[in-house]
Amino acid sequence: MQLPGRHLLGIEGLHPAIISNLLDLAESYALLNRSGKTRRDVLRGRTLINLFFEDSTRTRTSFELAGKRLGADVINMSVSTSSVSKGETLLDTAATLNAMNCDLLVVRHKSSGAPALLAQKVDAAVINAGDGMHEHPTQALLDALTIRRHKGRLEGLTVAICGDIAHSRVARSNILLLTTMGCTVRLVGPPVLIPTGIEQFGVTIHHSLESGLRDADIVMALRLQTERMNGTGPGGGLIPSAREFFTFYGLDADKLALAKPDALVMHPGPMNRGVEIASQLADDPARSVIREQVEMGVAVRMAVLDTLSRRAIRNV
Amino acid sequence: MSDATLIANARIIDPATGHDAIGNLLIQGRNIADFGADVTAPDGATRIDATGLILCPGLVDIRASFGEPGYEYRETIASAARAASAGGVTTIAALPDNTPPSDDATIVRALAGAGAATQRITIHPYGAATRGCRGETIAEYGLLARAGAIAFTDGARAIGPAALMRRALAYARGFDMMIVQHPEEPSLAGGAATEGARATLMGLPGIPACAESLMVARDLRLVELTGGAIHFAHVSTAESLDLIRRAKQAGLRVTCDTAPPYFDLNETAIGDFRTYAKLSPPLRPEADRRAVCDALADGTIDAIASDHQPRDADDKRLPFAEAAPGGAGLATLLAITLAQVHNQSLPLMTALSLLTNRPAALFGLDQGEAGAGRIARGRCADLCLFALDRSWRIEAGRLPGKAQNTPFDGRAVEGVVVGTWKAGLRVFG
Repeated sequence: MQLPGRHLLGIEGLHPAIISNLLDLAESYALLNRSGKTRRDVLRGRTLINLFFEDSTRTRTSFELAGKRLGADVINMSVSTSSVSKGETLLDTAATLNAMNCDLLVVRHKSSGAPALLAQKVDAAVINAGDGMHEHPTQALLDALTIRRHKGRLEGLTVAICGDIAHSRVARSNILLLTTMGCTVRLVGPPVLIPTGIEQFGVTIHHSLESGLRDADIVMALRLQTERMNGTGPGGGLIPSAREFFTFYGLDADKLALAKPDALVMHPGPMNRGVEIASQLADDPARSVIREQVEMGVAVRMAVLDTLSRRAIRNV
Repeated sequence: MSDATLIANARIIDPATGHDAIGNLLIQGRNIADFGADVTAPDGATRIDATGLILCPGLVDIRASFGEPGYEYRETIASAARAASAGGVTTIAALPDNTPPSDDATIVRALAGAGAATQRITIHPYGAATRGCRGETIAEYGLLARAGAIAFTDGARAIGPAALMRRALAYARGFDMMIVQHPEEPSLAGGAATEGARATLMGLPGIPACAESLMVARDLRLVELTGGAIHFAHVSTAESLDLIRRAKQAGLRVTCDTAPPYFDLNETAIGDFRTYAKLSPPLRPEADRRAVCDALADGTIDAIASDHQPRDADDKRLPFAEAAPGGAGLATLLAITLAQVHNQSLPLMTALSLLTNRPAALFGLDQGEAGAGRIARGRCADLCLFALDRSWRIEAGRLPGKAQNTPFDGRAVEGVVVGTWKAGLRVFG
């Protein structure tokens, strides 16, 4: 099975067999990475540009490392240093990148659909590294790989995704991927952070951690941005305070006791310790796989770059 | 007589009188000299064979924006007039939210004069409901009305505070004028799509559909309080239409229009982040679209307006949430409306009435010899000749006029304008 296009813009529309293939390939790269070896022939002579219109350390570094381990020439562009801040439009940037004959373009942008817009205008394969509240497909893939390595499967598992679902692209990509792969997905959060109509995507909604976590195999906490508490815009002021949120929706050892005894704790990072997750829990190696998520991130991105570049070669 | 034209063997439809018969129509000078089965042409008259074609009054579009003055890179009045002629539109009510806005009698007169100068369209300007369309203090309704403003509105911006709307309705009543509202509660707006599963999947900030009906409910209550008159523009939800239907039955002074996107498209049109389908109000779920069709058929909706909002490619080639809302609509108004006839949702007479005499009557544009929306002896010859069944494809980039931002890009339609006359002058075809 192949990807349904030359880009990876989201999990939406991906066939389960494609997801499994990507995870299998990523698994092999995870083993390679642990062995300390590299495969610099895979992307030799190819150019990967990390185009980040939004701050990111983890995702950008992860793509950079993935590209370099496969032998690509990697260039990082971030908004603060690029001409975008001088008024250049997204499509001007696309035209510039086209002229540079870039092969793989990794894009993060604050607006949903921005990578899709770029994909229409550039010759490179576009990888969505997070767009607005829309999707973050490589995060969902790395979460799935982490789960699969620990549980041996995805099908039949119960996954509770907790916190700010409404503004989370990680949640959307995970919901799409996990339901496609046969997981039972629960969303846990206050009504103001659950997006309208999400129940149509085969998930159940819980407004208390107690009911949402019961007998869960996986508990995923999401980042709650401080503007959800302090801001005044449409996405602001939704939660009265951090301590109120932590009391009812923050993940700690007591609440986790409701989940299965071997339940795993995950977080896409960066964490707000003491807001959506207690520090002790985040750092507990027996329960938290947060560091492994980062490790799997590199492997998954290697698999994605590898797969898309093979398509690009065929297209030549 | 060299300035006479006979349009022969046309199916002449005048919705105001219900006239629908094959016949000839004679234009002499600016006016319709006569029409009927036995009408003949004087010597030297131009004769046009219209066998198989329909001749109706020139369309009356009660809601359109021009880029001029202020946004000429989007469209000029001259360019909009060409699009109007190609769409069979001869009379346009122009929104006030240009720059400078129509909150001053001078601007109102200038817009009307600019319309006349094109010789293609009559422009009836709306006056601003508030100074600068800023939503703070009411504009000079009396002076604006005297200059020719037909009603007061802040265009694409809702008159937000209840106290301001109350004052606008009450003050306008003294001049026997109507307030036109963009019904959308501002504190619930600010999104890019109708809130629901689709917006959620696409990660777009949503506007709940009730942002519209809340405003309709509030304003209806204020109409009751003030005895004023209100017209709701581009109504798009089932709930709003139910409220308006009941208010009409209760005898309130309320009317409304809708625009082609709201009965021809639903929210799925924004899939793949198509910014040309980003409109205000946003496209709705299918159930709302069907409610709009029902309300067109049962008479709750008084008019179909193009809601023409010219946008440049640079306004639209942006991530969805950042792109400007609005669609070009002048050239496609008739064809999309006729789709409702072809799918048996509306009788032809009703559809044409919603585009001609009914919108004209809302603001008294049908009054006098130069009145719009009628075919009658001695009246100004504003006419639209079209082929009901001839098909074509709407394509952004190939529309007449400058604005190409059609939400109907790629849509195959039936119904082509083949001739347009403005005050006796053939301006298209």
